[in-house]
Amino acid sequence: MLNTLLPILLFAALALAVIGAGKRFLMWRRGRPAQVDWIGGLLAMPRRYLVDLHHVVERDKYMSRTHVATAGGFVLAALLAIVVHGFGLHNRILGFALLAACVLMFGGALFVAKRRRNPPARLSKGPWNRLPKSLLMFAASFFIATLPVAGILPQGFGGWLLAAVLAVGVAWGVSELFLGMTWGGPMKHAFAGALHLAWHRRAERFGGGRSTGLKALDLDDPKAPLGVEKPSDFTWNQLLGFDACVQCGKCEAACPAFAAGQPLNPKKLIQDMVVGLAGGSDAKFAGSPYPGKPIGEHSGGPHLPIVDLNGKALVDAETLWSCTTCRACVEECPMMIEHVDAIVDMRRHLTLEKGATPNKGAEVLDNLIATDNPGGFAPGGRLNWAADLNLPLLSEKKSVDVLFWVGDGAFDMRNQRTLRAFVKVLKAANVDFAVLGLEERDSGDVARRLGDEATFQQLAKRNIATLAQYRFNKIVSCDPHSFHVLKNEYGELGGHYQVLHHSTYMDELIGSQKLHLGKHKGGSVTYHDPCYLGRYNGEYEAPRAVLKAIGIEVKEMERSGFRSRCCGGGGGAPITDIPGKQRIPDMRMLDIKQTGAELVAVGCPQCTAMLEGVVAPRPEIKDIAELVAEVLLEAPAPAKKPAPAKREMAEVQ
Amino acid sequence: MTDLNIIALVSVGAHPTSGRARRAEQDARAVELGLRLAGDKLQVLHAGDPQEEALRAYLGMGLAQLSVLDQPKQADALPLLTSYLQDAGAQLVLTGSQAETGEGSGMLPFLLAERLGWPLVVGLAEVEKVENGVAQVLQALPRGQRRRLKVRLPFLASVDNAAPTARQSAFGPARRGQLQAHEVNIVEDSLLAEAQLQPARPRPKRLKVIKAKTGAERMKAATAKASGGGGQVLKDLSPQAGAEAIFKLLIEEGVLR
Repeated sequence: MLNTLLPILLFAALALAVIGAGKRFLMWRRGRPAQVDWIGGLLAMPRRYLVDLHHVVERDKYMSRTHVATAGGFVLAALLAIVVHGFGLHNRILGFALLAACVLMFGGALFVAKRRRNPPARLSKGPWNRLPKSLLMFAASFFIATLPVAGILPQGFGGWLLAAVLAVGVAWGVSELFLGMTWGGPMKHAFAGALHLAWHRRAERFGGGRSTGLKALDLDDPKAPLGVEKPSDFTWNQLLGFDACVQCGKCEAACPAFAAGQPLNPKKLIQDMVVGLAGGSDAKFAGSPYPGKPIGEHSGGPHLPIVDLNGKALVDAETLWSCTTCRACVEECPMMIEHVDAIVDMRRHLTLEKGATPNKGAEVLDNLIATDNPGGFAPGGRLNWAADLNLPLLSEKKSVDVLFWVGDGAFDMRNQRTLRAFVKVLKAANVDFAVLGLEERDSGDVARRLGDEATFQQLAKRNIATLAQYRFNKIVSCDPHSFHVLKNEYGELGGHYQVLHHSTYMDELIGSQKLHLGKHKGGSVTYHDPCYLGRYNGEYEAPRAVLKAIGIEVKEMERSGFRSRCCGGGGGAPITDIPGKQRIPDMRMLDIKQTGAELVAVGCPQCTAMLEGVVAPRPEIKDIAELVAEVLLEAPAPAKKPAPAKREMAEVQ
Repeated sequence: MTDLNIIALVSVGAHPTSGRARRAEQDARAVELGLRLAGDKLQVLHAGDPQEEALRAYLGMGLAQLSVLDQPKQADALPLLTSYLQDAGAQLVLTGSQAETGEGSGMLPFLLAERLGWPLVVGLAEVEKVENGVAQVLQALPRGQRRRLKVRLPFLASVDNAAPTARQSAFGPARRGQLQAHEVNIVEDSLLAEAQLQPARPRPKRLKVIKAKTGAERMKAATAKASGGGGQVLKDLSPQAGAEAIFKLLIEEGVLR
């Protein structure tokens, strides 16, 4: 009896799954067109899954092993079950193989079930709590049903009663694991996830690459939408990406805005996009809500606006403006979903079409348009900080080794100390450098993250035109935001440069022995990784190497390196200033205080401002350039100087 | 929102620190007030160059179009605006108090009201209601005070910084909006043609002598109502006697010599 029932169940489930897959695919295709490598992506998918994705999952050893056993066992068991039970190929060896696969899957599923007994808050409940039971049911049912095939039990063992029980078990299992994959159950992540990896919008991220620059809007085509108003305004592979979410909540655990009680939860946001793409309300969401926003009050559809400024739609605007674009969610996401891209896309619509940048946003954008700096300061004062430094101007030198990109910190009295310190270092190393002076403009970072792509492109194009007049080998900046934008976002608009953060450059200078440094005196030091230097550009080593060179042993924070917690200053968050229960910099200062350090080294004017805004008593905050400038020594007697270094310096002069 | 026929007059502004062309701060507030009153039925009018990109910043506030009386910089805008407003059947005309570029004399609302023969409300802060051809409005006075006025339509009102802040100008509507040029007969500004312009000097300010000894007194002095001390309230006077009193004060203060 099972021999007739099982093939029917299996093939019926498979057929329905294929129909569901088609339906789901059409749902994604409601999005705007996107260029993808259809075949190449599919071919690269197994490698992306087994290597790139596994690297991310591997950070949580428990889960990665559990997943390997469960998913590996399931794929094997499903394939063998189709052969053995579907096509009735009752081969003993295949039978044993299927038994082994079922055991593997069952073992994995036991660990899934164990984690579900006391799940952390970041995990979604609801159907996700059902999944381990379904996995166990699938594995157990096929195990027992296969025993006769392997010859361990006689054919027809257990009679119709066991057959009926097994049929129910198999039906449950295949419903969850085959049907659920394409009809919207928890297993959807496997189907959508695989295709998301194949047709990812940032394929450069695979194979150890990095792709963090925002993608430019086409402003020349008046018909192209300015950002995302409705879910169908996303590109179709973005929609596919949202559907890949496993709701593991790693993003939620890493999100500084969520921790601060601001109304953002990256996981919920992605799930809301899934609700939007299929249509419906968020009532079935079984995870943590946006802080302060109850579940069940928002709904949307593929062709309905995501944000309603006068009421409730799918997502509230303040949710989108809470994001600091720190990219912690993207870094943690085991499905490599691009949360920040989606948020900025939706912000673009709010700013460019609705003129609804909250709080100081509009003022800052107006200032950027009218004065090229966010503070609205007279552009003529851009070089006032260096009035006594006699800085060489690129407009006079025309050609130079290093262009020192000053950034808008030039107008901020605190950051001027950093800038002056770095100039001291550059001069001590006899670097052939110059600044743009009054020709420099804001890099456009803030405008872009506030969704004002038009102002960003205008600033960027003007900067690119200015830079095109001169010759220089590299750009060095003390501001990771300018650094990131110049390095990764100007390329699309025609500006390709070698850009270094000042910590990287100082590391090079130290490495080539151009700096004579003493040792840092004073207490213990910790280091805060800026998001735009670390997660955006992968530079974790150089700042630490520089600190080491001046005799500092960094007392690392628990959240450092790629897991560093944002200072709260990115993405225009201090400008839009969405209220929460606590402030992000206060939380970061707690992290710093836990190390017991008396001083925190930073490499970003935003981080400096945010952390210095924390009320005392707190550790002192100093930029790496300041720490290096403090321990600069007079050049030692020529006899002591290593010969090659001497020659190089002579050349420079 | 009312069904009033409202026209806002706008000029090209200049950013105070960079001098770059932009939407003028007060004119943008006039547009904001107009948008709140009339929604997309608000008409916005500029006399000048229809190619001026800075005008798009007004369109970015959500206007479908902006009418431009096409005339060169030196031409006199007053006669053109007067005839346009008369023909357009405007019931309420909103302007800023003073332009940020050009002459910036702040005289336009007064001259326009005079020519049209309409009442002028300076420092309009809010239109509360319009009934039977009479508008009830709030006029802004110094130190946050408001005066409630009843004005018959049509009238002209200038806004200053007491009016609601202008909404953000968005790129999308700014790009889509139309700058509609109107051909007009250009009228030479005879005064501007022969007179010489010189930069304005900041108005001299009376020095404030702080007599307060304690913080509380300083606070009181800073927040107290403007009190002339020697001022007097003239009531039930003939126009002749009133004018004489004002004349006498102007001579005392050295305004008239």
